[in-house]
Amino acid sequence: MNPFTFLTQMLRIAIPYLFAASGGVIAERAGIISLALEGFMLTGAFTATLGAYYTGSVWMGVLCGILGGLVIGLIHAVATIRFRADQVVIGIAINLLVIGVTRFFLKLAFDSSSNSPRISGFTARQGAFGFDNPLLWMGLLTAPVLAFLLYRTRFGLRVRAVGEHPEAAASVGIRVKAVQYAAVALSGILAALGGVYLALDQHQFTDQMTAGRGFIAVAAVIFGRWDPVRAGLACMLFAAAETLQIQLQGNQIVASQFIEMIPYLLTIIALAGVVGRAVPPAALGKTGQ
Amino acid sequence: MTRSPGGPAEQAERTKPAIRMAGIDKFFGPVRANRAATLEVMPGEIHALVGENGAGKSTLMRILGGLMKPNAGTLEVNGRDVTGWSTNDAIAAGIGVVHQHFMLVPTLTVAENIVLGDEPVKNGMFDYARAVGEVEALSRETGLAVSADRKVSELSVGEAQRVEIVKTLFRGAKILVLDEPTAVLSPPEVKELWAVLRRLRDAGGTIVLITHRLDEVMDLSDTITVMRAGETIARLQTSTTSPAEIARAMVGREVSLMSRQGEALGVASHPEAPTTAEAHATAGYSAALEVKDLVVIGPRETRAIDGITFAVQPGEIFGIAGVEGNGQTELIEAIAGLRKPESGQIRIAGHDVTASDVAGRRTAGLSHIPEDRHRRGLILDYSIADNLLLGLQDKFASKGRLDSDRIEQNSKAQIESFDIRPPAAELPARALSGGNQQKVVIAREMGHDFTVLLASQPTRGVDVGAIEFIHERLRQARAENKAVLLVSAELNEVLALADRVAVMYRGRFATVIPAAQASEEVLGEYMIGTRTESAA
Amino acid sequence: MTSRFREQLEEALFPPVVALFVALICGDILIMSYGQSPAHVYGLLLEGTWGNAYGFGQVIYKTTTLTFTGLAVSLGIRAGLFNVGAESQLAAGGFLAAIAGLLLSPVIPGVIAIPLCMLAAALGGGIVGGIPGFLRVKFGAHEVIVTIMLNFVILALLNWIVATRLHVPETLHTPEIHAGSIPRLDEFISAFHGSAANLTIIVAILAAVAVWFFLFRTRYGYELRAVGLQPDAAEYGGVNVGRVWFGALTLSGAIAGLGGINYVLGYKHYYEDGFAGGSGFLGIAVALVGRNHPLGVILAALFFATLSQGGLAIHAVVPKQMVEVLQGVVILAVAMSVPEVRRALQQARKPARA
Repeated sequence: MNPFTFLTQMLRIAIPYLFAASGGVIAERAGIISLALEGFMLTGAFTATLGAYYTGSVWMGVLCGILGGLVIGLIHAVATIRFRADQVVIGIAINLLVIGVTRFFLKLAFDSSSNSPRISGFTARQGAFGFDNPLLWMGLLTAPVLAFLLYRTRFGLRVRAVGEHPEAAASVGIRVKAVQYAAVALSGILAALGGVYLALDQHQFTDQMTAGRGFIAVAAVIFGRWDPVRAGLACMLFAAAETLQIQLQGNQIVASQFIEMIPYLLTIIALAGVVGRAVPPAALGKTGQ
Repeated sequence: MTRSPGGPAEQAERTKPAIRMAGIDKFFGPVRANRAATLEVMPGEIHALVGENGAGKSTLMRILGGLMKPNAGTLEVNGRDVTGWSTNDAIAAGIGVVHQHFMLVPTLTVAENIVLGDEPVKNGMFDYARAVGEVEALSRETGLAVSADRKVSELSVGEAQRVEIVKTLFRGAKILVLDEPTAVLSPPEVKELWAVLRRLRDAGGTIVLITHRLDEVMDLSDTITVMRAGETIARLQTSTTSPAEIARAMVGREVSLMSRQGEALGVASHPEAPTTAEAHATAGYSAALEVKDLVVIGPRETRAIDGITFAVQPGEIFGIAGVEGNGQTELIEAIAGLRKPESGQIRIAGHDVTASDVAGRRTAGLSHIPEDRHRRGLILDYSIADNLLLGLQDKFASKGRLDSDRIEQNSKAQIESFDIRPPAAELPARALSGGNQQKVVIAREMGHDFTVLLASQPTRGVDVGAIEFIHERLRQARAENKAVLLVSAELNEVLALADRVAVMYRGRFATVIPAAQASEEVLGEYMIGTRTESAA
Repeated sequence: MTSRFREQLEEALFPPVVALFVALICGDILIMSYGQSPAHVYGLLLEGTWGNAYGFGQVIYKTTTLTFTGLAVSLGIRAGLFNVGAESQLAAGGFLAAIAGLLLSPVIPGVIAIPLCMLAAALGGGIVGGIPGFLRVKFGAHEVIVTIMLNFVILALLNWIVATRLHVPETLHTPEIHAGSIPRLDEFISAFHGSAANLTIIVAILAAVAVWFFLFRTRYGYELRAVGLQPDAAEYGGVNVGRVWFGALTLSGAIAGLGGINYVLGYKHYYEDGFAGGSGFLGIAVALVGRNHPLGVILAALFFATLSQGGLAIHAVVPKQMVEVLQGVVILAVAMSVPEVRRALQQARKPARA
């Protein structure tokens, strides 16, 4: 096994996680539970495919992916912030809804139950190993950029205040709901970019192509204790395990199913506080209260 | 309490009140939190706003701070009519509120908390270094020591409070409102706070201090406004008033209802209830309730109960008076089994129940009327019938199955004998008035056999008619040789019912005296802490 | 009808009715975007589900599984807990039922074999439900995330067991069970010929009755509901809140696990990887729309089962995926309207003050 191929494959796998986990971090730091990352990603993948297919331009695809993420993020925001619906239920509902909607329009637009026609991605030069894909760089930069946003800007400070102690934020005149809307919209866009990368990388949209990546992202957020960089490192860790499993396919010392389990088991352990407690933002999930 | 006189022009300026609130009405649904309330605070003074829980002080201050709008009345600040303004307006006009429950984000640093909402920026980024610098400068200027770069969660209570004060000063507050600032401070921290407040006043600030601690009022304030039941009762000058006068204004009700009518009505009472020492001597078997060396740790590692020992005899009402917040809640919860004490022993009818859970203590003969019926005493979405089972559900079930006939019989009987209205057993508890809700709790707790009754604020939020009913029931329990431990913030209630009265102050009994010797004047001094004796 | 009962009914029924309305409108839009007439399509849907015996049989079959998962989730919610793990609890239950069925000898009569397999199913689900229960009580680990994560773990584990050890070659299912098969309905009513409907529906209804009885007629149900409504008051009432949490999640898991028998004992007579097919997650929708009441759960299960089967019936005209969209819309609409309706009704009602 070549360390270089390991690294490049690992990055390829990690990028969608990095995007989605960053989305999860910003929403949850603002106090909104983020279980719809899977649906956000799938939305981005689908709208990007539509955009790329109908205009022939990859960047239009990216733009459409971003818009799709914005729309689905806002739907989540309105349901949970304005209507105060249960955030867990909404998360699950959005995931189910997006699966249905993408399937429906997949049939309507392309008359297929399983995949779209081929779209152009960012052309991969053999020697570049994927590094000529701008989305890859965007993905790698997401975690540090988000950390910067969260810890060095006014908006980030307000997000953190709102997610820990909304009354304190309100008492100094901060518009709590506006901050939360912005955070969730941003999370929609970021997670959708994860889906955009997937679709462009595979040059098509396939039914349910996210295949649970959104939940690995949720695991990364928790395992990374709601910090952008730590969540990013968690994404790398999970991607590394996945790559390992793929590369070792032939000689299985440990079955692939157990490698699959790693992110989820690690998260459960983190929650149980066996290796230090994972403490979420204090006001997480409390819009209904 | 001296004030710098200043020249004639300054004196003329000073006659304009800094705050003038008149005719303030505020409703929350059917509840009237403020009723034609008034407040006049002169600039450059420390003004104490005094009253018991529920008197309407916090509501009035929230209106001042722009968190709420009054339903009627006017608010003038520095001569300007600002009725109905917003928090941002209030902050801009120089009003700073330090809340009882700190409005600080624990995971952020002191500097971040102070500048939140008004953060300095450089090149689009939050300029943290400048925030720290500004906070440190302000800290030096005002003499309020705060560590700008530390996380709020690491601060002591006193420090956190200083941060709250600096936060208001950072926004240019000239009028400071502090809501029960000493509730969580230790005595040395209180002294520090006093020094800070005096300094701020001397520097030209105006301070409104909401408190129910009369010792603080006497020590610190220039003027006092007393509120009760949403109304402003009195405006007093500290230099010319006394604790007794303040206490009377705070707690007084129509005396006719609350006098010691027990004797006049001919209800059996114990003319010579033994003092604690005597009780220990005479009771061989022991009292119905015994508490020994009880220690309970409260929030922030302080001792909410600091070593209390006492006993309650059968056929006695033992009343605990005292301003709320001195450990009464923790004491009752520890006896009821809802709070784990650090050390100490509790016995009911001779049985050691220290290690028993809530259900075990009930079996041993304990009944409990909790002080918060909405949180503990009732399940608001359950029907009256179901609420009458709470804590007793095992008695109404055979092999796990609830006996609906017995439950129905029980509710009918209880509703009738305790006159619960409306008399519909299926109605959710939420739909009843406060008095009737309390009657449900009392019907349940007193409607079966018990040895010891804990009655915590039994008539809080209850209408006058129901109060008398409840008092009758408590006297009846005494006549039936039960032991009643009564905790009430209403001094007159304790005086009317108890055979022996203890005053609770900062986790200990400041005194325990027979009712015959107790009066407002005597107890008042113990309640505000200006008098203590080494009590058992 | 007492006024309280009417109030409760109002608050319970408004959200699903609102959601149905919203779903109908969305359905109209989607159908028309395909150039079809809504009336025609809805007609086809009803015909294909309640209008013919085979279709209705399929509806019964799907209702059965959804009733179990819906009951499981609603029981947890009554205790104030959110069990998102019904999917893996269902799978684990089905798996253990299949194992029991394989271990039992074929000479054992169904009267004994079936209950034994059912017990195994409940045990499987109960263990998977007990884990988050334990973690919540001991460590305060929030059950939502634990159950979501555990779903993946358990499903992967089951996949591994079957794929490496227990599968019939060329498939991902276990061998056929030797004992414990539950008869299909078409053995009694020939009209149901070919449909998967089987006698498990009776177990499902009995389970709903049992849950109703447990919640509203026993002291344990009284305590469980109290914990879900006001844990502080329950504590005051002598209830051990932690024990109730653990018990509720375990029982919830057991009920979901029991649902596995529908497929394993009643339909295919083997365990197949992925048989749960999303019924665990849909159980959340069923509980929500059914307002967490056993009767409501049955009705909601019927609704979602009809939608699901109806999708197949209309597939020639409009893609069956439309039904999945409507499912999502219904859940979203109900979730959004519940707090809204509660607030509106509370404002409209004046509490009776004596």
